[in-house]
Amino acid sequence: MHDTKGRVAPICNPITDPARRTFVRGLALGGITAGLGLWRNPAWAIDARDTPEILSGTEFDLRLGALPVNITGQPRLATLINDSLPGPTLRFRDGDTVTVRVTNNLAESGSIHWHGVLVPAAMDGVPGLSYDGICPGETFVYRFPIRQAGTYWYHSHSGLQEQTGIYGAIVIEPRTPDPVACDRDYVVMLSDWTDENPARVVAKLKKQSDYYNFGQRTAGDFLRDARRDGFVATVAERRMWGEMRMNPMDLADVSAYTYTYLLNGKPPAANWTGLFSPGERIRLRFINAGAMTIFDVRIPGLQMTVVGTDGQPVKPVAVDEFRISAGETFDVIVTPDQDQAYTLFAQSMDRSGFAAGTLAPRAGMRAVVPVPDRRVPLTMADMGHAMPADSGGAMDHSAHGEHAGHDMSAMQGNDAPAVITHAATEFGPGVDMRVDQPSTRLDDPGVGLRDNGRRVLTYADLESSFDDPDGREPGRTIELHVTGNMDRYMWSFDGIPMEEAGPIRLVHGERIRVVLVNDTMMDHPIHLHGLWSDLEDEAGAFKVRKHTINIKAGQKLSYRVAADAFGRWAYHCHLALHMAGIFRVVIVDRDGADAGGHGGHHHG
Amino acid sequence: MVNRIRAAARLVSLVTLLTVLVGVMPVYAEDERDAAFPTLNTSMSEQMPDDPVYWMLLFDEFEWQDQRDGDVLGWDAHAWIGTDMHRALLRAEGQREDGNTTENRLELLWAHPVAAYWDLVAGARMDTEPGPTRSYIGIGVQGLAPQWLHVEATAWAGERGQTAATLKLEYEVLLTNRLILTPKVETGIYGKDDTANEIGSGFSEMNAGLRLRYEIRREFAPYVGVEWTGKFGDTADLARSNDEAVRDAQLVAGLRFWF
Repeated sequence: MHDTKGRVAPICNPITDPARRTFVRGLALGGITAGLGLWRNPAWAIDARDTPEILSGTEFDLRLGALPVNITGQPRLATLINDSLPGPTLRFRDGDTVTVRVTNNLAESGSIHWHGVLVPAAMDGVPGLSYDGICPGETFVYRFPIRQAGTYWYHSHSGLQEQTGIYGAIVIEPRTPDPVACDRDYVVMLSDWTDENPARVVAKLKKQSDYYNFGQRTAGDFLRDARRDGFVATVAERRMWGEMRMNPMDLADVSAYTYTYLLNGKPPAANWTGLFSPGERIRLRFINAGAMTIFDVRIPGLQMTVVGTDGQPVKPVAVDEFRISAGETFDVIVTPDQDQAYTLFAQSMDRSGFAAGTLAPRAGMRAVVPVPDRRVPLTMADMGHAMPADSGGAMDHSAHGEHAGHDMSAMQGNDAPAVITHAATEFGPGVDMRVDQPSTRLDDPGVGLRDNGRRVLTYADLESSFDDPDGREPGRTIELHVTGNMDRYMWSFDGIPMEEAGPIRLVHGERIRVVLVNDTMMDHPIHLHGLWSDLEDEAGAFKVRKHTINIKAGQKLSYRVAADAFGRWAYHCHLALHMAGIFRVVIVDRDGADAGGHGGHHHG
Repeated sequence: MVNRIRAAARLVSLVTLLTVLVGVMPVYAEDERDAAFPTLNTSMSEQMPDDPVYWMLLFDEFEWQDQRDGDVLGWDAHAWIGTDMHRALLRAEGQREDGNTTENRLELLWAHPVAAYWDLVAGARMDTEPGPTRSYIGIGVQGLAPQWLHVEATAWAGERGQTAATLKLEYEVLLTNRLILTPKVETGIYGKDDTANEIGSGFSEMNAGLRLRYEIRREFAPYVGVEWTGKFGDTADLARSNDEAVRDAQLVAGLRFWF
């Protein structure tokens, strides 16, 4: 068992019942015995099948348990659902009421949250909000009606159990025939695995926040840039970053130094393969179950048509590549017409590694696996600062391989930067930067993807295939700033810890607008439980319905939320190590709205 | 007649249905609302502590120094334990020569962040070597100045009216992501002479070091370097009268490690 160092609160009673104690001890032995058998084989050899087990119907039994897996050559204890990594794929049907019995065979409290599935608040699976969690040896019976279709997923919401393997896919079949017809249908679940205890990963980041970043700019890079851009310009560019004490290569907190990136639970060498016959339409349901990884996905040689995101259908858009943030899902259609293999390639945003698999007409085939792209530093435009007129030259150089002109047009073209005010709480030790001119730049693919010669999906391309399901103009605005201090490894909304901020209170039935500003230099996938996040365009019109919205460094986004479900809902960054900091409780109740608590700036 | 009874029955059932609906619907909504707020025995912050206690022990320098009068073991370490906003901090610096501790300074401080890159530190310092033990209380700052300069600056007040100020500046040059060059400057200013401890009033001493380490792991980095020591003013005079070097440069080799 991973010692999670008290991160899962011990509210469960000590196990006093002798029978249960024996049961738990027996489990531990079982784990060890199973481990002996598995040590020579990687985890993916548990099951010869290439995808996790698929469970369907209305009654489901899931077991959380600790089992050794071998991803890297070193056996490590994982936390798994039904002994499988990922857990089984659950197939629900829109309109059904499903019963899921989750038995916790771990030695610590556990939980399952249905990510993106609109369930009653008491069934949402967040210990401390929905329920008390599932104590060791106990079974919790989830029962909820299914009121949607599409691609979703489920995972533990306790401690860092998601990082150690408690996640699986959910596919909900529509009642009516699926408008996205296809011949094959595959879940492609991306994730990250570390042999380290994830609690140690956090502790290391607390001691040295760039611990895992081996892609920082060096003296050699300085010489190279000076040769290319001139000494003065290079010094000026370095000085700007130095003035802010910011690292333009801070693209991920945790890298391939410790992570092995997985595709359907398999490292690249294990080559997960989805079979097809040339000419078939294949639906790929991409899910990012990574704890700390944002992936850039492409299939060299194949165009992808994006038909859904976060389970919800979108107007088809053809792309070569898309960025998928932690917690997001994208459904794409591909139609390979050649009798050849194609590589599913998902490189981490910091380019330190990749997950990969294959689409092939026959098992055992493999196409060329690309090398990760070059690391591209963040630019001042990413930081949302006004560009000093006299430093334009340095700005251009700061963009390196990317064209700074793109950023500038994004900022100054259709989307003039807004002047923003920061709460007084943002001026404390927990906040290392404030973006004075955030820009919405929905059409910006983001750092590392700009002008790479490929057609990259942006949020500007995403349009729900339905009209605004609510239609009402939001009654009020809640503005929240994503804040942090990388050097201290502290994260927050508005510089205030969750506990001090209190909940955001919404009146049942009201519709609000959330304005998010990212005052950090990293992307953050912001996930709202229980209620949809309806992303707006620059003009404030409905664009696309999502449950997890990725906000880029220095970006400002707005979305509508209809408070149509009672309860206490979690609202947080889905990067596992940011979650405790970037977290608010949203309470939807009949009354008692105090205009949102202390959680943000509030406007009429 | 039968039709009328049937019509009446229908009416009754319709009324009953309406009554039931009117009566039950709000109750249902009430149930739905209440069901959404189950009683909890735990809270979000209990389940997901945002600010647990962490600790670190860092030997920034743990090294052999090739001094003119023989081999010396030197160290510069710090340890901290606490939350984001409250940390206890221990700093230790010293030297051992021929089995004797020849220099030893310990600082026990409380560190409290006051700005994004700056901590306020306050606490006590004890110098047990080279001379009689001297105690101080002090207040200062530590943090990261623009252009990535690590700063430790502390003002001290000691026994018998002694005062002091110490300053340490450190910078890291990444030759590669593992090969790191660290220039460092350390200096002290004293208010009064303390001949027993070889301290003269004023600008007393300066150490400048340049160390090149290779991080085999972040936590484990052997290094080589040079350290230059200069004594100034009254302190230099004291050193001269003791037949000690006023300027000295030495090779160092050691290990930087942390837990």
